Amino acid sequence: MPHSSIDWSRRDALQVVLASGVSFLLPAIEGRAVEKRGSERPTSLITLWMGGGASQMDTWDPHPESKNSEKIQAIKTTAPGLQIAHLLPQMAEQMQHLSVIRSLTSKEGDHERGSYFVQTAYRPDPTVRHPSLSSILNHELPDPRIEIPNCVALCDGPEFAAPRGGYLGDQYDAFRVFDPGQSLRNMRQGVDSSRQARRMSNLDIVSKAFRQGREARVDKSLHDQNINRAISMMKSEQLKAFELENEARETLNRYGDTQFGRGCLIARRLVETGVRSIQVTLNGFDTHANNYEGHVTQTRILDPAFASLVKDLVDRDLLASTIILCIGEFGRTPRINPLGGRDHWPHGFSCVIGGGGLAASRVIGSTTADQQTDDKPIPPTSPIEIPNLYATILSRMGVEFGKELITPIGRPLKVCTGTPIEQLLG
Amino acid sequence: MRWKPILPAILVVAGVAVLTSMAATSPVRDLTPPGRHGPAESDVLVVAAEVDQRLLSSLKTTSLSPAERADDLTILRRLTLALMGTIPSLEEIRRFESDDRPDRLAIWTNAILDDPRFHNYFAERLARAFVGVEGGQFIIFRRDRFTNWLSEQLRDSVPYDRMVRSMLAEDGVWTDRAAVNYVTAGVANEEFDANKLAGRTVRAFLGQRIDCAQCHNHPFAHWKQSEFEGLAACFGQLDYTMVGVVDRPGKKFEVEDRETLEKRQVTPQVPFHPEWCGTRGSPRDRLAEWVTHPENRRFERASVNRIWGLIFGQPFLTERSVDDLPDPDDPTFQEQTAVLDLLGADFRTHRYQLKRLIRVITSTEAFRRSSGHAVHEPAQLSELESQWAIFPLCRLRPEQVIGAMLQSNSVKTIDQNSHLFTRAIRFFRENDYVKQYGDPGEAELDQRTATITQTLLNMNGEFAREMSEVGPFSTPGTIRQFSPSRAVLLDNVYLTCLTRRPTEAERAHFAPQLGSPPKQPDQQVLEDIFWTLYNSPEFTWNH
Repeated sequence: MPHSSIDWSRRDALQVVLASGVSFLLPAIEGRAVEKRGSERPTSLITLWMGGGASQMDTWDPHPESKNSEKIQAIKTTAPGLQIAHLLPQMAEQMQHLSVIRSLTSKEGDHERGSYFVQTAYRPDPTVRHPSLSSILNHELPDPRIEIPNCVALCDGPEFAAPRGGYLGDQYDAFRVFDPGQSLRNMRQGVDSSRQARRMSNLDIVSKAFRQGREARVDKSLHDQNINRAISMMKSEQLKAFELENEARETLNRYGDTQFGRGCLIARRLVETGVRSIQVTLNGFDTHANNYEGHVTQTRILDPAFASLVKDLVDRDLLASTIILCIGEFGRTPRINPLGGRDHWPHGFSCVIGGGGLAASRVIGSTTADQQTDDKPIPPTSPIEIPNLYATILSRMGVEFGKELITPIGRPLKVCTGTPIEQLLG
Repeated sequence: MRWKPILPAILVVAGVAVLTSMAATSPVRDLTPPGRHGPAESDVLVVAAEVDQRLLSSLKTTSLSPAERADDLTILRRLTLALMGTIPSLEEIRRFESDDRPDRLAIWTNAILDDPRFHNYFAERLARAFVGVEGGQFIIFRRDRFTNWLSEQLRDSVPYDRMVRSMLAEDGVWTDRAAVNYVTAGVANEEFDANKLAGRTVRAFLGQRIDCAQCHNHPFAHWKQSEFEGLAACFGQLDYTMVGVVDRPGKKFEVEDRETLEKRQVTPQVPFHPEWCGTRGSPRDRLAEWVTHPENRRFERASVNRIWGLIFGQPFLTERSVDDLPDPDDPTFQEQTAVLDLLGADFRTHRYQLKRLIRVITSTEAFRRSSGHAVHEPAQLSELESQWAIFPLCRLRPEQVIGAMLQSNSVKTIDQNSHLFTRAIRFFRENDYVKQYGDPGEAELDQRTATITQTLLNMNGEFAREMSEVGPFSTPGTIRQFSPSRAVLLDNVYLTCLTRRPTEAERAHFAPQLGSPPKQPDQQVLEDIFWTLYNSPEFTWNH
């Protein structure tokens, strides 16, 4: 390994830097890849899912001059020329590492359908269930060194917003952790190893009796495979990535004492362990009433968690190998409804994307802060389709995005129908 | 209407009321000793035989033979899981085994259909199709009242078409006229979502998906956007006041044109056979008549397909979702859907009696076949599966897993006579467990494998640990204390968890662990055997 000495010195240097407050708590993990830093490291994806659909005007695309803006002001960020809503002051400090797309478009204005589309870059189709981007990565970029699930969804949220394997199979569904930092109970073996061994030998006998005449069907159920995966996971040192017990109080506070904050911290730890794709969900953006107050509440959770995540990845030299995407199923109407809320708006909404060697500090597309007199949308400039966004991520992560996969009924489907966004790859 | 100032108070009162009523109505009374229940009526058996004949004739084109008959205990397990969401208790198994009447399965099925556990469990399963699993709009949607109402309809054998008409057309308050919760489930942001109601009505009662016709003409079927809008308009006059759900005859239903984005007024319309609507009542009354009209074959097919799915764990057309049936006149599917039509006609002529339909389906050989077969070749296996010549292997629903675990932890039947504490535990534990397990929601009949999350929950979860604990009142404890020999002890453990006795290989494996008298069997050994059985594929997969 020609680079190993360099990697070690980097690691050592990092440890010195971090010794004052936070140290490297993860145990040494087998495989050099995990020790690597910078762009040599295999790339991971963290998706921050804004469940319910965050309002672009109250987050990444403020229009303080507009009558529809409510009390939102725009603040400068560390990215030249980029202003975001004043509700995200900590993120303003981190924006030089990231880019903003303000012109995402979708045709799906329902939560479930919209989530399906943004998760998979395909519109819902009753004849096939498409896999989510995270599940495609897990399928296309397997890593035998990872003993814990390679596609993880953190925090509560509806099932339709969690990554699913679709036609790739349920084994590519995200591993769901509903309450990050609290859910290790089920991942730990409840008995000593001699009893565990006895249980497994018992299970072998009982399964054999049942398999008689049902071999192919039991195999298809993945029951035994799941037990084996669970066992190797329970034994794995990598499980520590899900633990927060040894994190400094200061670190926990920095991310925020919220489920989402803990989720983002665990997402960082999973990236450090080498897990391929992680989604952290923050629900509650569906502000049909009292939109402003709703977004004040939500951004108080989002801002510290997201900013700490970016800062930590930068400090640990992990941002070059981690793509962060902050996105939801759609945005919200520019106009305020009679209840002081904003309704669903797939006609021009925002996402934040960066890391993993993608261009930083770019602002793509723009929207107006209004609708036409009859409430019709005014199309954004430089509209970006979700498939193009995903083609960008897949191409950066080395997945041949245009290739065809064969669904169980023999129908070939492209991994992704889009083409990469040049401004982000540049 | 302004709820907000009194919201906290209502919340507390409603919460207490809901919890008390749920704890009080959860599992129920003992399976009545089947003495007063008779065997299946002969005409039920005739229809069941026709179904089997039909299925076998399709299989005859291949050289395959159907799977053998499963043993009666396996079939009893299927029945209790499908109809009551739990497995037979040891005391029920003992009674069943001592019942030597040749048609004991039919007699026991009839007893189950009279058991409140069936009414409650099946009501919950049906409610998923009718109102989903979401909490819905606060106050005006009362899911608990709705499922109680469904449960009463099942208890009183109310014809299914009448139930559906009540759901579609009833007026009144959500607590008193609980059927109206079908439409109040469609309230979002304090307004009725007529599109949602139209889509759900067609999916739940006619077994077809027209939701995408909301935005464009259906790409595969005949549904047009205008037809969807006409159906949605049937719900367009809905409103709610302090006296509950009403229709406001003057209210206009407008849709936004997706192309021009202009508002258009739409009048209530059905896509075909408007003469089925009748002439009287509100648009919802006429829609209800149309949906349940005896000539509307979609209605009976959809009902049969769903009930078949709830009984087998898979809808009759295994390759399609339960609410995605082909059009009845589509010539390419006539062969495949013949059984649906056969059962549908019987359902219709017997006044849409769900219990009769269940009796017919559970009397078929298809329901009583083994889930094992000598054939292993995937293509042959899938041929057998598609003709129902082998019983499907389906993952149990989370409620069924937890119901089975709880029942296996008690020698006696857990029912309405059980201690309130036991029932409260069941209620709270069930919710907690289902959340961790993942609720498949309305898509519960879609076939999915287990996930690592679920595997870990059963392997290491608190609940599985507690259920296998040897306590003075738990099954592990009772069985340890009262089994006269080690062989009987192992029999009892197996019967309690898997509704069968151990094989010779299993006996040979466990005998050394259990030791021999006078020493008591080791507590941890016993707990580990329970753990093993809970984590076996046989426990969590319906077979």
